[in-house]
Amino acid sequence: MKVPIKWLKDYIDISLSPKELAHRLTMAGTETGLKYIGESWEGVVIGQIASIDPHPNADRLRLATVDTGTGRQTVVCGAPNLQIGDKIVFADVGANLTDGHTGEKSILKPAKIRGVESCGMVCSEMELGISKNHEGIIVLPPEAPLGKPLAEFLSDIVLDIEVTPNRPDLLSVIGVAWEVAALTDNKVNIPPSTYEETGDSIEKHISIEIVDSDLCPRYCASLITGIKIGESPEWLKQRLIACGLRPISNIVDVTNYVMFEYGQPLHSFDYDKIKTRKIVVRRAGNGEIMQTLDDVERKLSDKTLVITDGEKAVAIAGVMGGANSEITENTTSILLESANFNAASIHYTSHGLKLISEASMRFERGIRPDLTIPAVKRATQLILQLAGGKAAKGIMDIYPQKKELKAIRLHSSEIERILGIEFGMEQVEETLTSLGFKVAVFPQDKEFLVTPAYWRSDINIEIDLVEEVARIIGYENIPTTLLSGAIAHQEPNQLMTLKSKIKQNFVGFGFQEIITYSLTSREMLEKAFASGSLDREPVKLSNAMSSDQEYLRTNLRSGLLSVLESNLRHEEGPIRLFELSRIYLPRDNDLPEEQEILCGLMHNPEEEKAWPVHTPPFDFFTVKGVVEIIMASLGVKSDFRESNDDGLRPGRQAEIIVTGKKMGVIGELHPKVAIAFDISDIVYLFEINVTGLLPSTLQRNGYHAIARFPSVVRDIALVLDINVTHQQIVDIISKFTLVNEITLFDVYSGKQVSPGKKSLAYRLNFQSAEHTLTDIEVDKVFEQILIRLKDKLGATLRA
Amino acid sequence: MSLLQQLEELKAEALAELNSIDDSKKLESWRVQYMGKKSKLNEVLRGLAGLSIEEKKTVGAGANSLKLDLDVALKGKEQVLGEKIDQPAGEAPLDISLPGRTPPVGRLHPITQVITEMSQIFVSMGFQVVEGPEVEWDYYNFDMLNIPKEHPARDNMQTLWVDYENEKGERPMLLRTHTSPMQIRVMEKIKPPVRIVVPGKVYRYEAIDATHIPMFTQIEGLAVDRGITLADLKGTLYDFARRYFSSDRKARFRCDFFPFVEPGVEMSIECAVCKGNGCRLCSNSGWIEILGAGMVHPRVLERVGIDPSVYSGFAFGMGIERVPMLRYGIDDIRLFYGGDLRFLRQF
Repeated sequence: MKVPIKWLKDYIDISLSPKELAHRLTMAGTETGLKYIGESWEGVVIGQIASIDPHPNADRLRLATVDTGTGRQTVVCGAPNLQIGDKIVFADVGANLTDGHTGEKSILKPAKIRGVESCGMVCSEMELGISKNHEGIIVLPPEAPLGKPLAEFLSDIVLDIEVTPNRPDLLSVIGVAWEVAALTDNKVNIPPSTYEETGDSIEKHISIEIVDSDLCPRYCASLITGIKIGESPEWLKQRLIACGLRPISNIVDVTNYVMFEYGQPLHSFDYDKIKTRKIVVRRAGNGEIMQTLDDVERKLSDKTLVITDGEKAVAIAGVMGGANSEITENTTSILLESANFNAASIHYTSHGLKLISEASMRFERGIRPDLTIPAVKRATQLILQLAGGKAAKGIMDIYPQKKELKAIRLHSSEIERILGIEFGMEQVEETLTSLGFKVAVFPQDKEFLVTPAYWRSDINIEIDLVEEVARIIGYENIPTTLLSGAIAHQEPNQLMTLKSKIKQNFVGFGFQEIITYSLTSREMLEKAFASGSLDREPVKLSNAMSSDQEYLRTNLRSGLLSVLESNLRHEEGPIRLFELSRIYLPRDNDLPEEQEILCGLMHNPEEEKAWPVHTPPFDFFTVKGVVEIIMASLGVKSDFRESNDDGLRPGRQAEIIVTGKKMGVIGELHPKVAIAFDISDIVYLFEINVTGLLPSTLQRNGYHAIARFPSVVRDIALVLDINVTHQQIVDIISKFTLVNEITLFDVYSGKQVSPGKKSLAYRLNFQSAEHTLTDIEVDKVFEQILIRLKDKLGATLRA
Repeated sequence: MSLLQQLEELKAEALAELNSIDDSKKLESWRVQYMGKKSKLNEVLRGLAGLSIEEKKTVGAGANSLKLDLDVALKGKEQVLGEKIDQPAGEAPLDISLPGRTPPVGRLHPITQVITEMSQIFVSMGFQVVEGPEVEWDYYNFDMLNIPKEHPARDNMQTLWVDYENEKGERPMLLRTHTSPMQIRVMEKIKPPVRIVVPGKVYRYEAIDATHIPMFTQIEGLAVDRGITLADLKGTLYDFARRYFSSDRKARFRCDFFPFVEPGVEMSIECAVCKGNGCRLCSNSGWIEILGAGMVHPRVLERVGIDPSVYSGFAFGMGIERVPMLRYGIDDIRLFYGGDLRFLRQF
């Protein structure tokens, strides 16, 4: 909402600087900026057109000679509305103007236009930065003083107010005046709207019926006959322009002006087009069609309220008039509607039809029915003043269930209970009175009975009054204290603790944490799998901004891979990434299951670097080692089982098993997927279901006493069939209780063993908790181990 | 070979070996080899048993003198080596300017870092950190928070809706537009006193540009108990701002509107760039808005079965991305979720 300060001063004296005023409004809940009209109008003066001559080389251009008060200048002008004798705005060479075509600011220079020298310019609103209107030049009223700087005549400062959804009153200049009054300790003075009703009684001309009073609590109207449609006077036009509106005609301008003045939207019908002499306000039929005054056919539903003439709709209530009742330049009688409509219905209709207007913005915030009468009176007065005509006697006022303003009880202790500070009874009374509220004080009960102002539809319960007191007195006057009550009961958040531990660990292992969008495309999700298909349908949005963000992800790896892909465009790596975020798995008739997943990837470029010389091996076991150590650090024992993940390379992948359940997967990226992501290096990837892992991480593992007796070490090199696994060997050896550590130190297959065989070498650590082991004891167990390995796995000692 | 001869040979061998020794580790194994319990010398002496008394005497004396000789040689060598330890190592000088072999470095995402830091401050004030679902019912995201259908306040939170229709033909599933639904979920379960903070992702229907993204992060706070006041809200948030942004940054509270609180509050902190004098970053106001807050609306308390005439509380919500953007002068919010390592490695 834009409020020109000159207009505001019609109702209230303002001694504060505009900056201070804006600051106080801002602090009290309404962010207010300032816009200066005429700030950059140096070299812009009021001129008069002395003569107009044709341009020798162009039909559309003319030569205007302008009397600038101090001399004459001839300029080339393309405006269609040039007239000799008109007071106009003349900008001299050197003025800083807004270019009418580009919208950029530039300094006016002398120019030759189609061969004719042009010094200066006759300005449109756009060039002065008043509005975007560049169709014609500004024509000033005849009383504009010739030769004077335009700024002296037209400049203003406009409050640019960002109105919150609860304050429809601030969408009006008078509402802002009341707010300013309370904040500056001043009085509001609204001139009464008086006019003579010289016509017949209005009842003779029109009847009004409200069918659906739930959507239309009140409908008022006045009737003015014999009017003359024309242009509005300059003062009215300038105010509308300053508010960001385009002047159209006196009648439309008055309805807009009063809407901005009082906050009550109005609508004018061409009375002669309402042949039935009847207004019936009812819900639209489902599928009812009407043509709005923008000439578009609109299909309506029964949630929408229409104004009808008893036969057909003539307007969509509160949103837009119909083409069939629109006023035109030939209109002579108007029916002026000032009605109250249901906020939710207007919101539904205006958003549904995408017809959001100044009127709908006010209705949807909820305004009180009390506003209709003052607004219709004011508009009638202005119309009579500006368009002539006769007002019919009386105002139609259909108000089936009058909503009285309800007095609200405010207890002084409630202010203290909520704000943490006690204010004197007098201060509270003054504060609420300054807002236009009626306040009855009951000192013995420390209570107030407050009737809010009718324009303040947001004041309904006691807490609303507490807020008024706080914001008008100022939040800076509320003390600051620290919470003093008992600390609330706390439950440890184990999942968050686990997540943070995992993240810290990965960072320690050189993995960069990334966070990617949860929203993605189906193609992106599919891209991470060799078959290109998903095993479950992801959750879809119904109003996605774009197809890139249409689905909630069911995996994290797509996001990680595309981050890897984009980083590989500018660096060669190695790159290690992880993300610990949610995936969203659909459930029937319920919110999706949100699982916390850890996904990591390790990438190594093929080429070795000269420095540092030390390049550790990079293969399946590098990545497995990371997973194992993470699991170990969480106190979880993990096993690995063969798997067939569609996104990983067959034969180079495994499932991660914890307490018998699959908790994740690890493996080399499937070459097809790598190609899809344009990655040529080998990438290993792992996923762990952190939500699923949580219970296992909460089990406390027992403590092992540190061995007091020395251990004995024996190495063993076995030759085995190629299919025997390390795990099988470990399973056998670990059955021997004296062996407390088994370390693999060599894996070999090649010339030195027979084909189909491999060699695994282990270091076994023997230790007893009870005594120092003798060689004989160890030898005996060692023998048994060899026998068992031979029996079960056909192992032989390597020569 | 007589024992005496053996001793002579042993001596020659030991001294020759000692001569070539150049570090103390080798010297120690030399000592064990020639002078320890199982040393060659002791081996020779073990042969004494079968000798006559005369012979024992001569060989014994020879052995003792050998022992002394070796001891003297050892001491001498120890001294030499001791001095060498203080000499620069290696043959060629070490180019210490060669880059170190750094272990791979990873970092937490800046948003994770901010959430952690902020959570810690609130935890120290007795708040508990909880999380909630990102896909929500409009019941929790709007209705229970005093934002009924067709309320203009819904328009300010452009909502992404899930393509789901229930049996009644309604479409009530959405991506939460703020972390506030957790206020309701928590108060439905826990009766006062309540003190929680809720970090998490939220979603809006926004076209992506340098200042708008469809997914961002918020942290929500809620405290409900008997006697909680607007003064407590101010104090708590002041204290938070002082601890997070440093004690010399001023904080400012003004009235603002959020349907689920009343009185509503907006907190700003002094612009770090211009120190409150006004600059481009703060649109000349000298202040940077950082959070919305207020006293929990009595209707919200009523709806979760908490008597608003007995209990009161405050709530606040803050956008996380703004904080590192202001702190580091980041001018493009998209960088947080684009995964560019050149950006992420800087935090």
